Order: sequence, then structure tokens, then C-alpha cells
Amino acid sequence: MATMTDPPVEGFRLSQLIYDTRYRSMTIQVVAFVLIMLGLVWLANNVVTNLQALGKDFDFGFLGNRAGYDINQRLVEYSNDSTHGRAAIVGILNTLLVAVLGCITATVLGVFAGVLRLSKNWIVSRLMSVYVEGFRNIPLLLWILVIFAVMTEGTPQPRDFRGEDAEASMILGDSVAITNRGIYIPNLVFNRSLGGNEVDADTGAVIASQSAGDIILLLAVIIAGFLASGFIGRRATAIQEKTGVRPPGTFWMRLGAVVVPALIVLVALGATLEYPELRGFNFADGIHLRNSLIALWFALSLYTGAFIAEIVRAGIMAVSKGQTEAAFALGMRPSWTMNLVILPQALRVIIPPLISQFLNLTKNSSLAIAVGYMDVRSTLGGITINQTGRELEGMLLLGLFYLITSLIISGAMNIYNNSVKLQER
Amino acid sequence: MKKSVLLGTLAVAGVASGAAFADGHGDTTLGQIQERGSLNCGVTTGLTGFAAPNAEGEWEGFDVGVCRAVAAAVLGDPTAVEFVPTTGQTRFTALASGEVDMLARNTTWTFSRDVDLAFEFTGVNYYDGQGFMVPRELGVSSALELDGATVCIQTGTTTELNLADFFSSNNMSYEPVPIETNAEAQQQYLAGACDVYTTDASGLAATRATFEDPSAHVVLPEIVSKEPLGPLVRHGDHEWGDIVRWTLNALITAEELGVTSANVGEIGGTTENPEIRRLLGTEGELGAMLGLEADWAANAIAAVGNYGELFEGNIGESTPIGLARGLNAQWTDGGLLYSPPFR
Repeated sequence: MATMTDPPVEGFRLSQLIYDTRYRSMTIQVVAFVLIMLGLVWLANNVVTNLQALGKDFDFGFLGNRAGYDINQRLVEYSNDSTHGRAAIVGILNTLLVAVLGCITATVLGVFAGVLRLSKNWIVSRLMSVYVEGFRNIPLLLWILVIFAVMTEGTPQPRDFRGEDAEASMILGDSVAITNRGIYIPNLVFNRSLGGNEVDADTGAVIASQSAGDIILLLAVIIAGFLASGFIGRRATAIQEKTGVRPPGTFWMRLGAVVVPALIVLVALGATLEYPELRGFNFADGIHLRNSLIALWFALSLYTGAFIAEIVRAGIMAVSKGQTEAAFALGMRPSWTMNLVILPQALRVIIPPLISQFLNLTKNSSLAIAVGYMDVRSTLGGITINQTGRELEGMLLLGLFYLITSLIISGAMNIYNNSVKLQER
Repeated sequence: MKKSVLLGTLAVAGVASGAAFADGHGDTTLGQIQERGSLNCGVTTGLTGFAAPNAEGEWEGFDVGVCRAVAAAVLGDPTAVEFVPTTGQTRFTALASGEVDMLARNTTWTFSRDVDLAFEFTGVNYYDGQGFMVPRELGVSSALELDGATVCIQTGTTTELNLADFFSSNNMSYEPVPIETNAEAQQQYLAGACDVYTTDASGLAATRATFEDPSAHVVLPEIVSKEPLGPLVRHGDHEWGDIVRWTLNALITAEELGVTSANVGEIGGTTENPEIRRLLGTEGELGAMLGLEADWAANAIAAVGNYGELFEGNIGESTPIGLARGLNAQWTDGGLLYSPPFR
């Protein structure tokens, strides 16, 4: 700055830039801005020089090349002839699957543990303290490995199920097999699938199958049922508030709105259960919940659940004791007091930190590689990078995916938070 | 005023940063190693016979021997090696980023790794092929009977791709269980979480040797791929690549010429064979051409022995791993080992 040759403007001296409060803040901001820009330029320059030194370019074309590797758990069609881009999508869906499952279980678990930790029952509250402190204070990776090891070492191999006097047997009427490769459960299949059915060439019998259309239809009907049920409930409440009498049979109408359409769809599609069966090396048919998924899901849920329990407990304790006493004075039962008075007010305190926990859970799911769960970190960020040598591109895409997912989760949760927070004028 | 302040600072900063960027990476890998006084060598996280820490915590094995030979040739001290354990997924990043100077880690020489990943394979120290290991009680005698099997596979390897090719070309299905390290694979396989473990046949033999009852497991006869394993370095520093390449060649040539760790001390002075004299630096300038001392190869051979000694001592038939020389015999014995001449 000493090299500046501007002619001095009326009465302005260079020292004013530091000593004059009118200019000082501007000086500091300019210097900080320049330093930050310099840092960025240095980083970019570093990348360019090093890429050049390694003789590499920056190109996302590898996403269209043949991947050549197989993925065990795929929610969409994928084979080793598919592209690296497709492999990334398979990984993304696997990440989202474990994140959604984990968030739901962790929330249920956390709310229960948080409420029970405040219980007056000594044993119950101490048990919950042990759970919370145990899971909160031991690294997540250890829990993932422990659960995985227990599942792998403590359960029988598929071949133990074979033979007349087998060492292991299936449970729940031969419908569920717990093995060290995962849990096999019956699958829902349809005799009149929307995706069409194949016919057995020998017997002429229709082979039941399942297509994406069937599942989407079923889910859509169930969701519509819940919406209708909610509408019936709100209408009943409105009538009750107006007349003081709740319309008779409201509960059955609400139940029917959910169950009846779903049953109709199931019958129309000719739904049956397909049981897992030991064939060759492994169980075939049914749904295979791999140990890697179960270990990751359980560990993430238990670990995050412990944090959520503390958030719930804090939220409940933030509600003034007068509220409980007032509710009791009105003669409300403890369970009503909790559900109708305390929890709705506690939600205001609970929701914002809960968002962080959901984000944590989603990002922690990248520990999947420890148990060989093929999430996006293992496919795009692992094998693809390794086979194509596109570390920079792969890691950027991976970072972008987690960033977007996290922003979507926090955006959605913020909308929910706005609906439950204290409405102020 | 404000604008000129901003421009002025930007100009000054620009000049300063320009000066900072000007000093590039002039140092060579060899220079860095000599300055540091030790060689950073990437190895596996533990594969008995190839690279694994022994009871005293010292790394030993066939691949470790290559690292020690290079350290002896460059620094004159075979113990001046920092071993960096790498997994199948982290090895290339470690090498590309400069965390290690070379990899000696059962890494298959392929076109895309050599060309696209920008590495330089400096030779082959073990000719291998991918095999399958199954428990004997399964009664499987051929890899073609593995339809529907669950297969443990180290992720980020060529074996992963070969496996996919093998099963799809034979119209068979399988369930891959991706695994990070050999130790994890071993645990999963022994627990029965997978029916089959597949990796390079040498790796299978080494893994089986560490089992409680090795005879309860069979390695199937099919070898489904070519896996030439060798040390590799980064593209771009050819002097360093030459040193690693010719250190490996020196070990191979030493076996061919009958130079062993026992006689390397005196044979250079007593022999009449000019190639041995050139190799051991008692004649000619080969060491100086590499930028090393004249006795570089003699140091390497004295440290780990010649190729044959390295093989027999770590993975040969007298060890629990019990690998035969097979393809890895000298060309004079019908194998594929054929070092270019030292001339």
C-alpha cells in the first residue's frame, strides 16, 4: 500500500485508513477480502499445477463409461455392464435408504428413551441413562463393527439349515431365516402384477412376480388412505367442537379409510407371500436384508437415538412445571398430560437440534464401508474412483451429493419447524 | 479513494502471490529421499509372506524385501524404510499424492493403471493369477460350480472386475461381499459369511497358511486372470523409476548369475565374469549413471539376497505358504523371469 501514488484528496492522510473509524472498518474488510481471495486463488492454482504435474485433466466423462463391477444391494436395475453414473445412483439410493430408515428408528427410539429417562420409576430411568451414556460416549464406528461382528459370528451359516437334523432352523413358521449373511424375510409378490407375469412353461401356472408399478400403486393407495383418514378425523373434531358430540363410529371410519382400499388393491393384484427357501449356496426368494444394512441401520439408530433422547429430555424439562401441575389439576391422566400438553410445547425446543441429528445420521452413514455396505461413498467414492483414477471429480460429486441432501433435509425440517414454533404477531 | 485502495492491495497481493507460485517443485524423488534419509514405501495392511509385521513389529515379506532392496541401493541402509500400510482403495491416492515414494503391494500391472492413472510399473516381481478358495466340506471341485455363491472380494482391485467378467461370461450369478483388507476377508470367510474367497492365487496360499487347519480349504484349479504384480512409482520422475526398475532387475540378474547375499562381498573382486563385475560396481559406471554409489546393487543384494533367496525365504516351498516357483522361475529354468542385461 505504501506504493500508492494517488494525489492526496483534501485533508486525507493515509494513516486515516487505520486510525480513522470512518475508514478503519472498510480497511479491515478490504484486507480480509483480499486474503480470502488470495487463499482461494492459491488453492485453485495448486489444483491446476498438481493436475498438470500428474498429467491429468478435469473431466466427468468417466460417469458414462462401463463400471465393470457388481453391487450386491441394488434398489434399481444394475449390472456390471452399467455405467459408473448408474453405479453412483445405486449407491445414492442405498445411502438414502439407510438414512431414512435410520432417521425414523432413531426418532422413535430417542423420543421413548428421552421420555422414559424422566420416568419416576427408578429402574426404567436408570436403564435409559445407561443406554444414553453408553451409546453417546462410544464412537459410532465401534458400534457398527460390534453389531456386525455379533451378526456374523453369532448366527448360523446358510448351510447349517440343510439336512434332516439341521443345526439351525427358520423361525415364525419357516418364513424367516436369520443367517450370518443377513436376514431373509418373505416378499410380497403378485399373481396379476402390473409389470406382467411369466408363465411356467411346463405346468402353465402363473409365476408370481413384483414390479415397481405394484409397489408404487400400493404405497399411493395407503398414503391416500391416511390422508382421507386425517380428513375424517378433522371433520369429526370440528363437529365435536360445534355440537359437543363426536360423530359415532369415527374411529372405525378412519381405520376403514386406510385398510379397505389397500386390501382391495392387494386382492386385485392377486398378492401372495413368497417365502425364502434354501437353494444351492444361499437362501433364494424372499427379501434379503444384508448384515451390512442391518448393522449400519441399528448402529446409526441406536447412536443417534441416544442424542435425540437427550434433546427430547431437554425439551420436556424446558416446559415449565406449572403446565404439568395445571394439567393434573384439571384431572388429566399422566399419558394425556405428556401427549397433549407437554410434548407439543416441547417440540419448539426439540425440532431445531433434531435437524442437526438427522444431518449427522445421514453423513455418518458414510461409515458404511466398514461393513461393506455399498453406499455412495463405497461405489462412487470408492470403487469408481479407484478404477478410473478420478479422485478430484469423484470427491467433488460426493461432497455435492451430501451437501444437497443435507440442505434438503434441513429445508424440509425448517418448514416443519415453522408450523410448530410459537406463532407470534 | 476506496477503489484505488482496493486496486492497490490487489496489485501488491498479486505480485506477492506470483512470487510465491514461482518456486515450483524442483526436487526429484531421489533428492527428497536422500534429504529425508528414509524411503516411504506403500505395502499391504498385512498379507503373510508378502508384507506383514512379525512378532517384533518389524515388517517382513516378499514385497517388503523389494522396499528394503531399494532403500539399500539408494541410502545404503535396508532399515531406512517407512512402511505405509495401504488398502486396495487407498494405495493409488497415497502414491499419486506423494505420501509414498513407491508401492510394493501385490498391485496388478494393467493398461489403465499404467496409462490413465499415470503410474509407472517398474517390472514384475510376481507373476500371479486370480483363484478361488472354498471350504473343503462344500464339495466344490471347479469354479464353474459356483453359481449362486456368496463371494468375498477385496474392493478396489482388479480381482473385483475379473470376478464380474468370469461370472457373467459363464452365465452364473453371485453375491459379492465387498471387503477392505485381507484380514477382514479372512474373518468373514472363516465365519462362513461367504462361501468363496477370491484374490490372487499367491494371496490365497498366504491366507490359507495362516488358518488353524489349512487342509480344510481348497484352492480351486481355475486361474481366471493374468495378474502380473510389481512395484510402481508415479509418472513423471523417470530417474526414480529407473532406480526402482533396475534394483528389481539387479535382484533377478543376481540369481541368474549366482550372486547371493553370502558371496556378494567377495565375488565382485574375484570373478572374471564382466557382467557380475558391472552389476556389483567393481567395473564400469552403472551406479553413477543412476545417480547412486557404485556398490548400489551389491548393497541391495547383501540386504535381502537375490530374487531366489527372497522368494524362498518368504513364500517358497520351505515356508508355510509353500508356493512353487512356477512362472516365477528364471527364464533359464522355464519361467518368465528375464532381466535385461547390465551393460
